[in-house]
Amino acid sequence: MTPAEIRDEILDILEDISPDEDLDNLDDEKAFRDQLELDSMDFLDIVMELRKRHRVQIPEEDYGNLASMHSTVTYLEPKMKDIVK
Amino acid sequence: MIAPNRATNLPDDQRIVITGLGLTSPNGNDWNSFRQSLLEKRSGVQPYEIRYFGKTLAGICDFEQTRYQTRKDLRRGTRAGSVGVYCANEAIKHSGIDWDNTDKSRVGIYVGVTEHGNVETENEIHVIKGFDYDTSCWSHHHNPRTVANNPAGEIALNMGITGPHYTIGAACAAGNAGIIQGAQMLRLGECDLAIAGGTSESIHTFGIFASFNSQNALAIHDDPTKASRPFDVHRNGIVVAEGGCLYTLERLSDAKARDAEIYGELVGYAINTDATDFVLPNPERQAQCIQMALGRAGLTPDQIDIVSTHATGTSSGDSQECIALRSVFGDSKHTRINNTKSYIGHAMGAAGSLELAGNLPSFKDHVVHPTINVDEVDPDCHLDGLVINEPQESQRVDYILNNSFGMLGINSVVIISRF
Repeated sequence: MTPAEIRDEILDILEDISPDEDLDNLDDEKAFRDQLELDSMDFLDIVMELRKRHRVQIPEEDYGNLASMHSTVTYLEPKMKDIVK
Repeated sequence: MIAPNRATNLPDDQRIVITGLGLTSPNGNDWNSFRQSLLEKRSGVQPYEIRYFGKTLAGICDFEQTRYQTRKDLRRGTRAGSVGVYCANEAIKHSGIDWDNTDKSRVGIYVGVTEHGNVETENEIHVIKGFDYDTSCWSHHHNPRTVANNPAGEIALNMGITGPHYTIGAACAAGNAGIIQGAQMLRLGECDLAIAGGTSESIHTFGIFASFNSQNALAIHDDPTKASRPFDVHRNGIVVAEGGCLYTLERLSDAKARDAEIYGELVGYAINTDATDFVLPNPERQAQCIQMALGRAGLTPDQIDIVSTHATGTSSGDSQECIALRSVFGDSKHTRINNTKSYIGHAMGAAGSLELAGNLPSFKDHVVHPTINVDEVDPDCHLDGLVINEPQESQRVDYILNNSFGMLGINSVVIISRF
């Protein structure tokens, strides 16, 4: 998957997790928590969905990389580059 | 003779009254529409299909889930929680309580449930089956969804209630048990307002259908609306339903102080246990439970105007309850007897509180709704006062007695008086 495809995938997951939020104006550089009502259980949902959809494992010590869209895509790129969408 | 412990002889701060209710039933999402469905003999039973089990019948609710919850709330929580949130908000609205200025630390939530956690556990097993049972794909939401207090806790979260909240697990006697618990906590001064009753999400677990089916106790009929037929000679089992009914209960002194409309007073109640069988009821213990409630209310059987039966449509359960009823009400020529499961199926933890709600309007409209779908009364279910297929008018309704019994031999009875 390309970085753009990974971004789309994360957006799709966020739409599932936060169906009431408007994601059209998401700022990729800003922390998710500063723009969306996400708590720790929601972040675990992102981890879980990546595991279920793509078998991507994210160790707990790496959770900090999921702070913003930009940092998430950067972190996931090497893990997901061989996945065919 | 008036018994010394008669509830109406108690001081006002020990008398418990109903000041509001919210409900969702397979045939109505508010009290008026539910009552209208009962008077117009409208069933809420529909064709239904659930994973693994396949096609069956069920009582299905269609309340507006997003009236009080966001879509995110719904995704995170449980159906039982959602039913409870809807009913509790509707009850508070109906009660006319100044909710914004209510001390939420003095509100208690007491929700009767038959079971909880089966739906959510089955869902997770279904999910991990798709991952060859890899438990790392088991949701972190599973525990908060399946803790036994979930159906009450979701109400607390939604409404900012910081007083006590918990569920009362009492099989199918739970709806009454929730009401009784709420009344007891008010009398003890543990809360000033009790949100109490019962809820059910049971149609979303295939296990309940499969288990009743294996027990030869699941109803089948070509016409879904005729499948739930307590007391009929051709009854063949239970129609499982979902639903909820929560009341606002207050001490009479508090209700009077805010000039609340009062829909009835809890004048008697009892819970006891058969201690004889996992599933087969014991009419002797049921009769004792009814007598205990009558005794606490200071009433004789012939003073009861309406008996709302528990009967679920099973062969032995209905006839056993009728033995109990004949032994208590056999000489009460005035007492009318009906059944609400014939319309909506068996709403499990919500059954007792919903069936009571279906009858309470009789205090005002003096009409007793019938048990429907009785083409031929089973001789074993003969009851002199049974109201069959057509509503009956009554000159006056002062007392309603509501039966609710459950597996493992738990029996519950509440008696509500016109106020």
